[in-house]
Amino acid sequence: MSVLTQLTIAQARDGLDKKDFTSAELASAHFDAIEAANPSLNAYLLMTREQALSMAAASDARLAKGKGGALEGIPLGIKDLFATKGVRTTACSHILDGFIPAYESTVTQNLWNAGAVMLGKLNMDEFAMGSSNETSYYRPCVSPWRREGDDAKLAPGGSSGGSASAVAARLAMGATASDTGGSIRQPAAFTGTVGIKPTYGRCSRYGMVAFASSLDQAGPITRTVRDAAIMLREMCGHDAKDATSANIAVPDFEKALGKKLKGLKVGIPKEYRVDGMSPEIDALWEKGIAWFKAAGATISHVSLPHTHAALPAYYIVAPAEASSNLARYDGVRYGLRVNGSDIVDMYERTRAEGFGTEVRRRILIGTYVLSAGYYDAYYLKAQKVRSLIKRDFDQAFESVDVMLTPTTPTPAFALGTKSANPLEMYLNDIFTVTVNMAGLPGLSVPAGFSADGLPLGLQIIGKPFDEETVLRAGQVIEDAVGPCRAPQAWWTETPKAAAAKAPAKTKAAKPAKSSKKRVDDG
Amino acid sequence: MQVDEALVRHIARLARMKIEGAQVAGLEQELTAIFGWVEQLNDIDTAGVEPMTGVAGLKMRPRADAVTDGDCAETVVKNAPLSEDNFFVVPKVIE
Repeated sequence: MSVLTQLTIAQARDGLDKKDFTSAELASAHFDAIEAANPSLNAYLLMTREQALSMAAASDARLAKGKGGALEGIPLGIKDLFATKGVRTTACSHILDGFIPAYESTVTQNLWNAGAVMLGKLNMDEFAMGSSNETSYYRPCVSPWRREGDDAKLAPGGSSGGSASAVAARLAMGATASDTGGSIRQPAAFTGTVGIKPTYGRCSRYGMVAFASSLDQAGPITRTVRDAAIMLREMCGHDAKDATSANIAVPDFEKALGKKLKGLKVGIPKEYRVDGMSPEIDALWEKGIAWFKAAGATISHVSLPHTHAALPAYYIVAPAEASSNLARYDGVRYGLRVNGSDIVDMYERTRAEGFGTEVRRRILIGTYVLSAGYYDAYYLKAQKVRSLIKRDFDQAFESVDVMLTPTTPTPAFALGTKSANPLEMYLNDIFTVTVNMAGLPGLSVPAGFSADGLPLGLQIIGKPFDEETVLRAGQVIEDAVGPCRAPQAWWTETPKAAAAKAPAKTKAAKPAKSSKKRVDDG
Repeated sequence: MQVDEALVRHIARLARMKIEGAQVAGLEQELTAIFGWVEQLNDIDTAGVEPMTGVAGLKMRPRADAVTDGDCAETVVKNAPLSEDNFFVVPKVIE
């Protein structure tokens, strides 16, 4: 495997500055890696090779003149949720078949303005509704991680499974992602990557396919905290095209990493010690507390009494907003149309065929809770509960600067093991969803491994618009354990070599089915 | 709350989504379980609590009332499954 794909964004930036290699070489190295891995991982839905090489050439020209931007020449993957002008964008839904946006999302435009290079579009759960990437119309993305001595395919997490898988497998230096209930942080935790959901309003939602508008927020997935800081800064900023975009100056997050940490007050919310939490996660949390103590932070226990209410309230608010947002898919203006006997029949057939099972389920939940006579009992009640969740955080943040929690209650699970029970799948977001409900910034950082060799993450929760402190705290964890190592590239092994290596009890790895037919060169 | 077939069909109609016969029973069960689970919110006292309307307490500022885009009908209909002379084409809705 090419050494160029192993570099962090910060290292690649320095290498490009010193002319050790070119942006074109970086992009080509990534396409080689993608071609080797994608048939097994299914992280990319679409590669934009020609566009990438022309963007890279332009970057090399700017770098030669010493006029490079903050992400000049850095190859990134883009979650299929972000509209990319002239490049198919489907949010992994059948209903957006063949949709080619005529505009660019603000977040991706900000990245291109900073000089970044687009490698392609990444797999995700359909309309970002899922925690395992299994609801994608384009088949699940597979995690590059495997349990030791076991070749079961694991979920990369969701909904930003393609982003997390690609960054962990060295198929992109960083990727855009989005987080409505944990969709950046949970896949980051499952794949040993760093993921930050900034404060609601930091990133413009213009050009992001809408799921739940009061919760959706974009953020990066990267391999180090520093890279997250570099990429996040470029993604953020006020945008007149999104009325909820915050008109607040974006600080230099990378610079904030160098600031002193001594005296930082870290809160440990006692309600996060839940039933069913894996003992390994509990032990990891204790280690995290010890690292902060060693770094000179003071630890105190805080209470967030409405934590248990966040998930049920989320499953009212998010489906309600989704049913409203997804009303636009009617077979008239874009995407799939299934003809019917009259216009209503056409709507009904199009929406039945175009939406997958989980999306249909959430539209039905949302439609019901917003239907005549039920608004007060469900949506209004949930929004009041949300105020209580926010109030808990406000009160706790009077005495602490950040909070430390696990990101997920368990390590990654195997594909197919949780998809039969929606409620069980929803519980994956138990530690992350509170942060979306309160609109706060949340960061997941790799903090260790499970006994069977899977990455585990810890979460830092911060005050509104205080991503600087969140990232600084995240750096403490990364300094203690080091950035997560690369997963073993099992997808590059020949079937014979894999068979020789596999323990006797497991079967030899079958050659991965080709996913070529789903991957277009766009 | 028990979700029955009539309710599933009613919601599906409101959502403009055709539900095949075989899907109804599964949805009855799943929706009953999910609505049963969210009912725990009823145990939380929200008397006098304002519903959350924004997360950061920021005021939305109206933008200038100016035309900033337009004159691009062709672009607008470009992704339509069916269009004619820059109009979206739909099945006849009036006799």
